[in-house]
This record gives sequence, structure tokens and C-alpha cells, in this order.
Amino acid sequence: MRFLIPLGVFLVMVIFLAIGLSLDPRNIPSPLIGKPTPTFHLPEVSDPSKTLTPESFRGRVVLLNVWASWCVSCRQEHPVLLDLAKRREVPILGLNYKDQLAAGRDWLSTFGNPYEASGFDQDGRVGIDLGVYGVPETFVIDKKGLIRMKHTGPVTPQALEKEILPLVLRLNQEP
Amino acid sequence: MKILILLVLTLAGSPPLFATEIREFADPEKAERYDRLIGELRCLVCQNQSLADSDADLARDLRNEVYEIIEAGQSEEEAIRFLTDRYGDFVLYRPPVKPMTFLLWGGPLLILLFAGVIGWRYAGQRKIQTIRAISEADRDKLERLKKQLDDGH
Repeated sequence: MRFLIPLGVFLVMVIFLAIGLSLDPRNIPSPLIGKPTPTFHLPEVSDPSKTLTPESFRGRVVLLNVWASWCVSCRQEHPVLLDLAKRREVPILGLNYKDQLAAGRDWLSTFGNPYEASGFDQDGRVGIDLGVYGVPETFVIDKKGLIRMKHTGPVTPQALEKEILPLVLRLNQEP
Repeated sequence: MKILILLVLTLAGSPPLFATEIREFADPEKAERYDRLIGELRCLVCQNQSLADSDADLARDLRNEVYEIIEAGQSEEEAIRFLTDRYGDFVLYRPPVKPMTFLLWGGPLLILLFAGVIGWRYAGQRKIQTIRAISEADRDKLERLKKQLDDGH
């Protein structure tokens, strides 16, 4: 009986520490979930005379992927996006974050371009409006232009199959 | 003693750890507001550093935003709202009290209460045990005295 209290306290500590260890401190919940995509007008990477705005993809469920040529984990993520683009299940739009236009274009021609279009966010202002703090980040945006999910870090095949694509499927059924 | 001198010298010798660029403010009161703000806001890249301390690219960009907001004459609350609208309460080292954070703010008090109750009960038990221990010793003494008395006869 005397050992029950310390044992209980110990178990509670173990539980809390286990929860703490399994959490990813880099995964900060975004306050933008359920809110409209912040508005932007950006030149497109492939053709700066064209403009990418949230209106460009209104009415469709899309992924908005934040990438940069200097971003190492983007390279790791890239094949997954290329694969996804081939499957034509959901259009992918890009936000080329704090990059050089030439470097961004080089990157796309070297590794392949999974994006329907990429907006060129040179000073990172649109990134700040989207609450971007670590590239790559991926947003799921619904038909009304509301942000429904944010994935921080490289999109993995598991995250795609278990979280992102099921959500896209569900959102596609919404009016 | 040597170690103490070394410690004092090391501490005295370290330069002020600021990664910030020099900012010009027309109004010294705004400069103060800016300094206070960036010291209290958390950098999202190096999570254990404030915006003032962090050398991360994003921290510099966010310092820029804060600078522009303050220089435009907006309040500290507006600068904080700008950041929490985009990055959430996570940027605040002092999160606001709301249902999400009740446990965070009330947790220490709960633990203190819990510890108090345990301590109270423990102290109570100790007292009973001590009394019992004394009375047992007394009983032994009593037995011995009785025996001595009997032997004396």
C-alpha cells in the first residue's frame, strides 16, 4: 500500500514523458485550418508574365506545396510529388519560397515539374501569410478556397495514403 | 577560487548575444516597444530562441514585419495579432489563458494541491506511528520495572 503512491506518480510521469517523446516539436498546429487561403498575386516561375492567385484554383480541391531549390528535404519529397502528379488525383500547385527564379527553373527542369503552376515568392511574404516556417510544407485547399490541412515537412507516401488523399477524396465530394 | 575567477571572467567577457540588425527608429518609445516585442516572441525555427536571439532567416523576416508594424505606429497587440494569426499562439512565450491552455496554467496549482494532500496524509500517519512507537517503548519499560519490583521481593 505504501508503494502505491510513488508507483502511481511514476506511472503518470512515464505516460506524460511517453506522450512528450512521441510528439514532434516541429509540428505546430496551424491557426489557418478552416480559414480562407490568404490572398496573393505572384508571378509564375515558368512564365513570370502569368500571375498565380488563389482564384486560379478556386472550385477545385488542390494541394499547395511550398518548395525551394535550396531546400534539401524538398529533394527527398520530390519523387513522391512527381508520382502523385502522374496519378492525376489532385492538382499540385507550388509556392517557390525565397528562391532565385533561375535556380527554381533549373530545379524543375532537372528533377521534373509536378506542379500545375508555381508562384514565385521571392521575399517570402506570401510564405509568412501562410505561416510557413520550414520548407517543405503542403496545404490541402478545398473548393471554397479554405485551408483544410497542413502537412509540415516532406510529404511521405504514408502521409499521402493515410491522411492527404483520403481528405482530398472527402473534400471532392463536398459541394 | 581559481574556478570562481574563471567563471566571473567568462561571464563578464561574453558579448551581448543579439543577432539583430541595427534598427533606426524616429521615436525612442517605438524602439523600446520593438525590443520588448522581439524579446518576447518565439522563433519558430530555433524554438528555444526568441526572435531577438535567433539568426534564422525566418526570424529576420519576422523581425522585419514587426519593425514595419511598430514603425507604422500600430500597437504591440496588433504586431502580436499579425503573428498569432499566421503562426498561432506558439509564437508567444506567454500563451493566453483560454480553454485550450487551462491545464497549462492551472497544472502547477493542481500538482501543488495534490502534493499538499499527499503530504498532509503522510504527516498524519507519521504522527500516529510515533505515538504508537513511544507507547510501545513505555510498555517495555513498564514490564521491566514490574519485573524488577517482583525480583526485589
